[in-house]
Amino acid sequence: MLRLPRLRYLRPASAQEAATVAEDLGTRAMLVAGGTDLFPNLKRRQFDPEILIQVPSLPGIVKEAGGFSLGATVTLAQAAADPGLQVFLPGFAEAAGLVSSPPLRNAGTLGGNLCVDTRCNYYNQSHEWRKSIGFCLKKDGEICLVAPGSPRCWAVSSSDTAPVALVLGATVELTGPEGSRMIPASALYRDDGMEYLAKEPYEVLSAIQLPAEPGVRTAYVKLRRRGSIDFPIAGAAVALKLDGDIVVSCRIALSAVASHPLEVPGAGEFLAGKRLDQEAITAAAELAAKPAKPLDNTDLTHFWRKKMVRVVVEQALAAAAARSA
Amino acid sequence: MPTWLDREVEKAVVRLLLNGEEVEFLAPVHKTLLEVLREDLGLTGTKHGCELGECGTCTVLIDGRPQLSCLVLPLQVEGRPVTTIEGMAAGASDHPLQAAFAELGAAQCGYCTPGMLLVAKSLLEANPRPSRAEIQEALAGNLCRCTGYAKILEAVELAASRMVAT
Amino acid sequence: MTVPDRTGSVGRSYPRLDGSAKVRGQAVYADDIALPRMLHCKILRAQAPHARILSIDASAARRLPGVVAIITGRDLPIRFGILPVSQDEAALEEHKVRYVGDPVAAVAAVDEETAAAACEAIEVEYELLTPVMTIEEALKEATDEPIQESFSRRRDNIHRLVSYEFGDLEAGFAAADHVREDVFFFQGNTHLPMEQHSAIASHVDGRLTLWSSTQVVHYVHRALSRVLELPMNRIRVIGAVHGGGFGGKTDPFAHEIVVGKLAMLTGRPVKCTLTREEVFYAHRGRHPTLLWYRTGVTRDGRITAMHLRTALDGGAYGSYGAASVFYTGTLQTVTYDIPAYKFEGVRVYTNKAPCGPKRGHGTPQGRFGIELHLEKIAHELGLDPVEVKRRNFVKPFSRTVNWLRVTSCGLEECTAKVLEASGYAQRERRTGHGMGFAISAYMSGAGTAIYWNDMPHSEVQVKVDRTGATVYCGAMDIGQGSDMVLAQIAAEELGIEPRDVRLVTADTDLTPVDLGSYSSRVTFMAGNAALEAARKMRALLVEAVADRMGVADLEEIDVGGGRIGEFSFEEACVIATTRFGALSTTGSYKPPRIGGPFKGSGVGPSPAYSYSAAVVDVEADPRTGIVTVGKVWIAHDIGRSINPLLVVGQVEGGVYMGLGEALMEEQEYRKGLHKWPSMLEYKSPTFLDTPPIETFLVETIDPEGPYGAKEAGQGPLLPVIPAVNAAVFDALGVWVDETPITPEKVLRALDAKAKGKPPRHGPRSFPAVPYGEPIRVDPPARDDLRVGAELEAAFGQTPGAH
Ligand SMILES: Cc1cc2nc3c(=O)[nH]c(=O)nc-3n(C[C@H](O)[C@H](O)[C@H](O)COP(=O)(O)OP(=O)(O)OC[C@H]3O[C@@H](n4cnc5c(N)ncnc54)[C@H](O)[C@@H]3O)c2cc1C
Ligand code: SF4
Ligand code: FES
Ligand code: FES
Repeated sequence: MLRLPRLRYLRPASAQEAATVAEDLGTRAMLVAGGTDLFPNLKRRQFDPEILIQVPSLPGIVKEAGGFSLGATVTLAQAAADPGLQVFLPGFAEAAGLVSSPPLRNAGTLGGNLCVDTRCNYYNQSHEWRKSIGFCLKKDGEICLVAPGSPRCWAVSSSDTAPVALVLGATVELTGPEGSRMIPASALYRDDGMEYLAKEPYEVLSAIQLPAEPGVRTAYVKLRRRGSIDFPIAGAAVALKLDGDIVVSCRIALSAVASHPLEVPGAGEFLAGKRLDQEAITAAAELAAKPAKPLDNTDLTHFWRKKMVRVVVEQALAAAAARSA
Repeated sequence: MPTWLDREVEKAVVRLLLNGEEVEFLAPVHKTLLEVLREDLGLTGTKHGCELGECGTCTVLIDGRPQLSCLVLPLQVEGRPVTTIEGMAAGASDHPLQAAFAELGAAQCGYCTPGMLLVAKSLLEANPRPSRAEIQEALAGNLCRCTGYAKILEAVELAASRMVAT
Repeated sequence: MTVPDRTGSVGRSYPRLDGSAKVRGQAVYADDIALPRMLHCKILRAQAPHARILSIDASAARRLPGVVAIITGRDLPIRFGILPVSQDEAALEEHKVRYVGDPVAAVAAVDEETAAAACEAIEVEYELLTPVMTIEEALKEATDEPIQESFSRRRDNIHRLVSYEFGDLEAGFAAADHVREDVFFFQGNTHLPMEQHSAIASHVDGRLTLWSSTQVVHYVHRALSRVLELPMNRIRVIGAVHGGGFGGKTDPFAHEIVVGKLAMLTGRPVKCTLTREEVFYAHRGRHPTLLWYRTGVTRDGRITAMHLRTALDGGAYGSYGAASVFYTGTLQTVTYDIPAYKFEGVRVYTNKAPCGPKRGHGTPQGRFGIELHLEKIAHELGLDPVEVKRRNFVKPFSRTVNWLRVTSCGLEECTAKVLEASGYAQRERRTGHGMGFAISAYMSGAGTAIYWNDMPHSEVQVKVDRTGATVYCGAMDIGQGSDMVLAQIAAEELGIEPRDVRLVTADTDLTPVDLGSYSSRVTFMAGNAALEAARKMRALLVEAVADRMGVADLEEIDVGGGRIGEFSFEEACVIATTRFGALSTTGSYKPPRIGGPFKGSGVGPSPAYSYSAAVVDVEADPRTGIVTVGKVWIAHDIGRSINPLLVVGQVEGGVYMGLGEALMEEQEYRKGLHKWPSMLEYKSPTFLDTPPIETFLVETIDPEGPYGAKEAGQGPLLPVIPAVNAAVFDALGVWVDETPITPEKVLRALDAKAKGKPPRHGPRSFPAVPYGEPIRVDPPARDDLRVGAELEAAFGQTPGAH
């Protein structure tokens, strides 16, 4: 049986208290929500905290003027099944419902999904395995095993909901010891496989505000080997506003092709003002796929994944267009 | 020498509502629900195949919903009802799903069976007349290497039809 | 042979005997066992693929509180292995490690956490050697030293070479109108049982008891006795309820021996349960195999000669490998009539987890190759591949060019069933949609034991006393339901219901020897033994009852429906015990000698072969290369279906596993390590990836099987894999000549086609292998069905016996 390392476990009463304790304890502690990402990582000794601080249960899904407010501890299953999200932001509900497998979605939270650790198949391995091959930059080592010449880590952002949050122009609420601040979801991420979050480690992601602009159609398409359980190996989120069949605005973001959820503004801008026909979709997908640089550190080959980015973008555009506004 | 070994073990008294009974036990807080069920509470009906959230074998119900017991701390579910395979039958009589699984050969080696049954139970409680696609979707986090899932699908359908009929 | 219509339990669907325990969480698997004062064991494994061990320092580990014992290779120096010719494993390696995962030291501690910490605290100093990771590298002279330095007596890493020529190959090719060559690669993959291996040992009163999740208690018994230097009568091996094997739990394993040793040293029970990663290292799965076929055919597609070369990547140890290499080549002839056949095979050692027997043992690779090869030949000749295959089907009751005896054979019936049900001939023809057809055969138990002896392969006892009937058999139910089959056979003969038969299995103290659950042998061999024992018991009961009734003609005593004559079964037991005293009968089964008069003829013969045919329907997306299986139709010649419910379960499970191998499962290595030893990255199909399967059972009533039964556990996997590839060709006009068919390979094949190159993706060449001069064997007369002593007597006069 693979076991967790010895840990202490704290249950603060509020997000602010959690952040206060987290700041005090510094690197000795980590925040945990559903634990579906953190516990496997701890069992493989990818982190080494002495103390876990439970993110306390936060408010659920609230429909507000102009959108939705979701507490960070809303589970993926709740988000996927929420009737309001399904109607107004189906792409978000879809992404939450495509994470891993049904039992996992009953525990995994939205906050955890947005903060999920970047992945690499040299890194998501047991301590013994990593020791055998030689530790890498991201944990205990000196070099990157995927790109040995590179000074940085290329571990892959693998969140399914993050790209949808980006294209919706979502805002996240970060709670620190002194109070909360709001930042755009896009500002939460850094293009770095190791320091992939731009927040203070002790800050609790407490809520997500998802704007639901009238007329915006959303979709998320995920590519993975099996129908369930697997992380994305490429994914595309689309938020599309149409006037008839003319594109008013379009935002596209990709999952699993970089160390951060990758918004591709060029493709959306290209579509603005154009009729959304097959030709436009193909051209936009081409543009969207350009910046995607998958490396050989996930399932299947990067050669194929690179080719598939175009396909998932096309599928997501078509799916969004087919949705009723 | 692993650094974590020097650490003190924090233990906690945990109260669970387990299979309808209140249980109280003292365990290290870093032991997962899976470990506590199997090693401290003698409920070895909950199986494990990876302990990393990848196979579904260790599924139990928490608040009636399937969760992976290898990725849950008992303290995280304190006070909430937990159902394991041992709590599925009502005394001597099998749950209709258990009866259907046994009857149709949906359990071969039987190792994935407890997890499958509990997921199916929660499915039928939420959705008494699931379509084939809904059954497949609900059970998609539980791997089985013996059956090819065919008999499992039939057994869930059979149990559902019997439960609706009564 | 006439087969009476059965009115009893044989032929009926009964659910498994332990079904209720399994659905209630009451079945006790090895890891569920906890004994008082039990210690927990963890094994320290090699962290280099190929290295000499310079030193092991366990002093810091020993000082950890809670550590009770630590052992290393020095404590277990005797080597073992499943085959007598490959005693090349140690429970803990002392001088050298051969793959990442090779066991080096073991700790017993008060809990698993402490044992794991102690393993981490053991310092091992290695001198690294060059790892050998491919077949091609292994064929070359070793850079520093061969992996199995003392076993190969060679400078390269060749483990086994075989070379045979049956019949006149040259003449065969000369008679051909058309000759074709193809190269294929079958990727390695693993069993992935849901249950991780586990063993627990206890040493009390000078006797060692081991509970294990093993498929073969007898082989574990032998290995424990050898390595621990205990007489077999001091050891008891009990098969715990089994959480899935598929061949992966058929070898004796290091952890089983280690817990035995630690229990003896500490005087406390010791348990070791492998982690999922360690299960990948225990492996014994499918050999990655390169295959080269050269076949001559007539204009109408009849085979005149075939030449097959195979090269198997065996991993670091022998395991069953000396047999596996034969299996890649021997069974081609029991499906297709090949008049002249040359087979050359090589197995090499590499620095990877050892390969061994996985469902189909060696034959899926050869089957994959031959089915696709014949497809290609047919397309080249402009003939229908199904028709070409059919034209070459073996005839029932015939002998093959390599001396295998074919008895009942339902190939035609199976083929007709799946073609009709799938509508293959009228299939929708459009780009992206296709169907593929393939057939196969498999053994109902190997004709020779893996260690040479003249004893039965299965022994069964039936005991009757005033409390009813009990059947004792060493076979292990690994989930396939073999316990129920034994109960049904006994019940049939004794005229009672299966649930009224008590069954004691897989316990070396209580049950007579059976060679275990592998090689699809239990129903056939243990079943025949049970049949004999039960018939003898029935005769005693009938005799006593007739006597009591004053009936002279025993034929007048009806047995069935829980009654013998005018008495209930229970009353009959009392009457018989009163008449004869203690009542126990025995039965045994030993397959007849079938193999021909040449060295190596022991691998391949089986008392009967099962046959299968499958059609697979796929959607293959030319843009993404993604292949989705829509449906599988499979027909299986089971001989007689003793329990249709269980047979269909085996067939469906086999199809599932075949689809996994065809589409996604692969054991890949990178930088000397297993690339993804986890259930997340080793892709096993989920519910959503598994199509509907329609199964047809064909009954050919085999003369030698119990009630005519043959095997079901392995054969149905075989045709599925090539049928998927054939369907992809049907859909897209390109060949993926290797497993698994990943989307990228499909795209690469399409790309090749677009560029005007051969429309395929796969290996380009077959390496040069020093196979040496073949053993030349004259074929038997094709209608010579003699076996056993009769056959042996004939060897003297047979031209085949050089
Ligand atoms: C087999 C398997 C398959 C998976 N497949 C997918 C997949 O397909 N797609 C996918 O997106 N994910 C997948 N995951 C990852 C993970 O389960 C999900 O991302 C999940 O949503 C994480 O949420 P959690 O609450 O469990 O996070 P946790 O594990 O609790 O936390 C994850 C990380 O986020 C931090 N964190 C959590 N909550 C907060 C917060 N409120 N504020 C600040 N920091 C926080 C934690 O410190 C930790 O570093 C998979 C995991 C497994 C084991
Ligand atoms: S990308 Fe490089 S540094 Fe980052 S986890 Fe992978 S191997 Fe390590
Ligand atoms: S053991 Fe929990 S998911 Fe595999
Ligand atoms: S019945 Fe064996 S794994 Fe499902």
